[in-house]
Parts: sequence; structure tokens; C-alpha cells
Amino acid sequence: MALLQIAEPGQSAAPHEHRLAAGIDLGTTNSLLATVRSGRAATLPDASGRHLLPSVVRYTPGGVEVGEAARRVAAQDPLNTISSAKRLIGRAVGDLKTLGSELPYDFITGDSAVPRIRTVAGEVTAIEVSAEILKALGQRARDTLGGELDGVVITVPAYFDDAQRQATKDAARLAGLHVYRLLNEPTAAAVAYGLDRGADGVHAIYDLGGGTFDVSILRLHKGVFEVMATGGDTALGGDDFDAAVADWILEQSGLTRDAGRGTLRHVLDQARAAKEALAKDATVALTVDLPEGGHWQGELSSDMLARLIDPLIRKTIKTCRRVLRDAGVSTDEVEDVVMVGGSTRALRVRELVAEFFGREPLVDIDPDRVVAIGAAIQADVLAGNKPDDDMLLLDVNPLSLGIETMGGLTEKIIPRNTTIPVARAQEFTTFKDGQTAMAVHVVQGERELVSDCRSLARFELHDIPPMVAGAARIRVTFAVDADGLLQVEAREQTSGVSASIEVKPSYGLTDGEITGMLQASIDHAKDDMQVRRLVEERVDAERVIEALKAAVASDGERLLSADELALVRQALQTLTDTARDAQDPAEVEAAIKQLEKDCEFYVERRMNDGIRKAMAGHRVDEFAEEDGREAE
Amino acid sequence: MFDFSKNYFELFGMPMGFRVDGAELASRYRELQKVVHPDRYAASGEQSQRMSLQSATMVNEAYEILRDPLRRAQYLLTLQDNASDPQPQTLNDPAFLMQQMELREALERVRTAADPQAEIDALMGEIAGLIKGQIAQLAVQFEDSSADQLAAAAQTVQKMQFLNKLHAEAEAIEADLEEVL
Repeated sequence: MALLQIAEPGQSAAPHEHRLAAGIDLGTTNSLLATVRSGRAATLPDASGRHLLPSVVRYTPGGVEVGEAARRVAAQDPLNTISSAKRLIGRAVGDLKTLGSELPYDFITGDSAVPRIRTVAGEVTAIEVSAEILKALGQRARDTLGGELDGVVITVPAYFDDAQRQATKDAARLAGLHVYRLLNEPTAAAVAYGLDRGADGVHAIYDLGGGTFDVSILRLHKGVFEVMATGGDTALGGDDFDAAVADWILEQSGLTRDAGRGTLRHVLDQARAAKEALAKDATVALTVDLPEGGHWQGELSSDMLARLIDPLIRKTIKTCRRVLRDAGVSTDEVEDVVMVGGSTRALRVRELVAEFFGREPLVDIDPDRVVAIGAAIQADVLAGNKPDDDMLLLDVNPLSLGIETMGGLTEKIIPRNTTIPVARAQEFTTFKDGQTAMAVHVVQGERELVSDCRSLARFELHDIPPMVAGAARIRVTFAVDADGLLQVEAREQTSGVSASIEVKPSYGLTDGEITGMLQASIDHAKDDMQVRRLVEERVDAERVIEALKAAVASDGERLLSADELALVRQALQTLTDTARDAQDPAEVEAAIKQLEKDCEFYVERRMNDGIRKAMAGHRVDEFAEEDGREAE
Repeated sequence: MFDFSKNYFELFGMPMGFRVDGAELASRYRELQKVVHPDRYAASGEQSQRMSLQSATMVNEAYEILRDPLRRAQYLLTLQDNASDPQPQTLNDPAFLMQQMELREALERVRTAADPQAEIDALMGEIAGLIKGQIAQLAVQFEDSSADQLAAAAQTVQKMQFLNKLHAEAEAIEADLEEVL
């Protein structure tokens, strides 16, 4: 319950233990881990000095391999080696064919809405594959930092929809990581750049990764990053460049798509290597091993590469144009264009972006690492390690949220590019006499027709008192939190009947499935689950105690009467004792809740005090004069 | 947490009225979010996080309303309109309605114009000018809170709604035209 981690100027909050926090860039091609140490954010390498962890997971009968080891054998063991899981996460079976480039896995077409891949180690989902990558990074953090992580910030493409965000959070839960916040990748990049330069003004972040594209327009003002608009494509990235080049190689070498998975992988690897080489050279020689033996040899020029990938880059430029319009700014108001993501190494991308914005883009932070570094900075702030820091990120929801109305039309409730957190309500009514139930279909997207939008969830409101058509007043409230996750509630106003759901998309995993996976992943030898929960609850209790102590030390005497202070101290003592002695995690959990309840008044008072101080810097009369008129 | 019964002007500590200093409003918004935003409570207990979420949501809502002239005007009317009839009045201005019809027809003709881009630019400029005029009207009408002036403001608000809708449609056409580029 740490209230305000803001302290008065010149006076720092009570010293507290430095919490271990990290930023994770969970990428399509590579993933990274970064943390802030001694005031500097940097990515952390593995034991052999590699910073990038290839986002590749190989399932074998003996266990799971993650990263470089898995990537190396991908061509030999294509069915058990899963890469680009990010393209699948939060997707439905029905989405697979729209993902463009072929995914060479053995998908199980069953009744499940979540795409499952058959491997020698059993069926896996993209969520589990991502969890393996997160686990590997969590382990790297423990090894390097010598302690348990208190929490992490995981980055997601700004254009990820609710289902993809939820699935990413589920993956973290499976990996045993506490997520402080899901952070949009371009915003993370802006943090890494902005803090570096202290540049106030409007900035564009162009983020082209392996499988996703994002563009965000932000205004930076004294440490506050306000996202004005964002847009993108969660199925467009460097992988598509590779696929375009691979198609060309197939055509040139007389191979077809039936050449076998191993050969296709090999051609894809050649295509990627050629694309990367063309970031420096004008031409590159190609050699492809043919399945029936022998080789095909050829050459790819940068002109030819441009011809192959230009249509894809033009798609991103179109999105840039729309996002600028949404933000209400023109290209000449944009002070900097920041390039993020490995695919912006392609010179052709830089050329076309420079042409559109009319200025050379910034490429001076390693485009692979900038997102992880921004995430690490934000994780450090969220952990409360920088109590005096002014930095604040105000992000937006990338896609409009609405519900289905009569005739399969979408009624938007929260338009895209609304600053989050946000809550909006709208009233609907019944259309039949005596109607006692109403189906609510939650959708995300910009199109008029529900069938063109992404279906997020369906639920029903029952027990509406029978009335004539149009008399019932059903209020549907959408609330999006700071992670960009949606919660929907429907309430009949006259009777108070309500139904609400956390939007767990139809193609996500259920809580039960996740708990099952968690349990399966833990050694059942003892009652480990119980032990683990007790440890977690104790850590939570510790967090709450420490925060409250820091609050009391900084302003307890000023804001509380002697009686109240005694009450708060008593509550602190009770929780400290319970956390130390109790063996039942539920008991510790209850004690935390009790303390929060007992001290709620103090929390409120501190927040009010913070607001009063924030507003004290502004004098109303001064402002009224400036405006040339008196207040009413 | 903060007092939810406060009106949005009070929340931002700004004088209640139609004229609002945008820079000052933005600066107060940022200061408020620095105090209440969920990022300030990421490592705190659930209860603090919930309170912060509610407060930050309200601050965002207040900011959206106060910075948008039409929504601000509507909000001011709801604040001052304690006893009077909440039924929307019909817009009684034939000249304005005629102009709307003409603009709408002009919009429909854009796609078939010789130079659709120039045509839509001109139309958007015209509509933006009309909106500006209505905003200036509102500023005068809210100067004194007499019943007559407020009734006039309510009429202006309705005109603004028409014009904003037209502007949104024009924007959609412009976006379509750009897509074809």
C-alpha cells in the first residue's frame, strides 16, 4: 500500500531496500532482458556473453531447449522447434491462415479454439512456448542479479489487441514472473531515447520487428510521455521480408513450396542471411542446397531486394499517415523519428521512412536493444526504486472497443487512441416485449460490421425484469486498465441485475488451464504449491509493510492524529507477526487485506495531500488574469 | 481518494467557464496524473492500485471533456441546468439547416470531382471555419449565465454536433482518398 512514492522536493522517502526489477522485450525473433544497475540501464548477457536470446523453443523427449541451441537445429527438427510464437499468441485457430507466411508446424485441428502444436513432448500452445522464453530470461536475471525478481515490465506491440495482451500476461504467470505492467514497445523505445536526450516535443517511433509493426506519435513534456496516437499491424515484419525473398529464391532455383519443410527452412535461412548482408553490401551471392543433391547458385542485388520488399514497406508508410492524422499533427511538427526493431536495419526501410517524414531517422541506439532498455527504466520506476522520479507514461488503447448491436453492426464504446485507464458506459435497451435476457458480444476493431472486427468475448445478462420493449435500461460499462486490458460489465438500471466479465477471450486459456499447467510444472514431490504460495504471500506482506513504514516515516506525523498513528502502527505490527508466524498462505493473505482495510483512510489522505500539493504550484488568480477574464 | 463529487473544473482547480487555457489545463492534467496514475502504485497493495485506477480514470475523463470545446459546453450545460427541462430542444434555424444540406451534398460530390483532393481540402477548411465560429459564439453565450444565453448556448451546441459529424465524415473521405494514393 505504498502510497505515493513521491516525496517532497529535496527530501527523499524513507530509504528502502532496492527491489530487483527487469524489463523484458519478448520479441518475435529475439528476446532480451535489461535492468537498471547503479543508475544505468543495460541489457544482460547470458553466461556466454550473448545478449539476444533467439525466441526459439525446441521440445525434445528429454526436455526443453531455449534460444541459440534450439535455433541452430530448427532446420533439422522443424516440427519440434517453435519460433515466432509471438505471431500465434492470442490468436484463434481461424486466424492461422490469415497470418501470411506459412508456419511449418503440425497444428492440431481439434475442438479447441487455441491453436495447439503437436511436438514430441506433447501438445503446446504459443502461450506455453512464450513462457519457456520468459522462464529462461527469468533464470538469467536470477543468475546475474543474485536474487529473486520483484517484478518485470514486459513489452508488447502497441497494436496488440486485448487477446494478445492477455495471452502475454498468462505466459508470464506460467513462467512465475510478477508483471508490474505490460508496456507498449514504441513507448518503451521513447523512454530509452527521451531520457537520453531530455528532448521535449513531438516524436514518432517507427518500430518494425520480426513479426510486428508499430508506429506511435508521442509528446514528451518534462518527463511525461503522452502517446497521442498509435497504429500498426501485428502480422507484418521482417519475417515477411524474408518470406518475400525466399519466394523469389524458390522461383529462381526452380524449387516449389512442396520441397519439404527442411528445405523450406533452409531457403528461409538463406533469405534472411541475404537480407542482412544487403544492409551493408550492394549484392550478395546465394547458394541453396537442393533436396535431390547439388546446389543452386545465384545473386541478389539491393535493387532487387527493394523491389521485393517495397510493397511491404509502403504498407507501413500508409499506417504512419493514418496515425499522424489521428494524432492531429503533420510531418513537419515531428521533431524526431526514432527507428526501433531489427528490421529497421534494412537500408530500404530507412530510405522510405526518411522520404515520408522528410528527415533522417535516428538510429543511434541499437534498434534491437532500445525496447528492452526502455522497459528496464520503467520497471525500475514502477518498483519504486526512484521515488523522486518525475517520469510518467500515458498510453492509449490502440483499437476501438465496442459491442455488437442489431444487424451485426458495431457500436463503439471506447474509440481508438483514448488515453488509458479509461471507463465508458453506454445504455442499451430491449427490443422485444418481455425480453428477460440480453447477449453482449464484445468486439475490437475499426470496421462497421462485427464480422470484420475481432470478437473478444460473449456473455449474457439474465433476469432482466419483463418490460415492454425499449423500457429496460441496460448500462454496459467498458473499463480498460493501465495494461490495456478490458473489463466489461452490464447492469440493468431499474432492477440492478448485473453481469460482468474480465474479458478472457474465447481463444485464450482459462484460469483452470493455467492453474493446471502451473501445477504440472511444479514438482509434486511435496506440497510445493502450498510452500510456494506461502513464500509469495510473505513477499507481498513484506512489500506492503515496507511501503507503509516508508509512508509513515515521511508524513505520518503530519497527516495522522496520535490515535490514528497508533492504529496504523498496531496494524503494521499485526501483519508483521502474522507474516512471520503463519504457515497457511490464506492467513497471510487475509492479514494483508485486513491491514489494507484498516489503513484505507490513510491511503486516501495521502492521495489527497499529493493532489493538493500538485495543484498548489498553480495559482488560479494568476491564470484567470492571463486569460483576461474572471472566473464565474 | 479524491472527492468524486467534485466537478471537473474543481478537480483541476480551474475556474468554471467555457474559456479554458489549454496549456494550463494540460499542465494540471500531467500534475494530477503524476499523483494518481497506476504506475505510481505498481508495487503497492491491491487496494491502493484499485483506488489509483479509479482516480486516474476520472482524471482522464475530466481532461477529455474539458479540452474538447463541444464536450466542455455540454458539460457546462449539465452543471448549470439544475431544474430546467432536460428534453433536447429542436434546432430552430432554417438558414443553418439549409447550409448543412448544401455542405452534405457537396461532400457527396467530392469523389466524382475533377480534383477530389483539392475539393475535400476546401470543404474541410470551410467546415473547420464554421466550427470555429460556433466556438466563438459559445464563449460569448457562456459569459453570463442568464437563462436566455444558456438556451442560446444549447442551440449552438446542437449546431456544433452537426458540424462535428460533418467534419468526421469529411475526414473519413479524406482518409479514403489518401488510401488510394
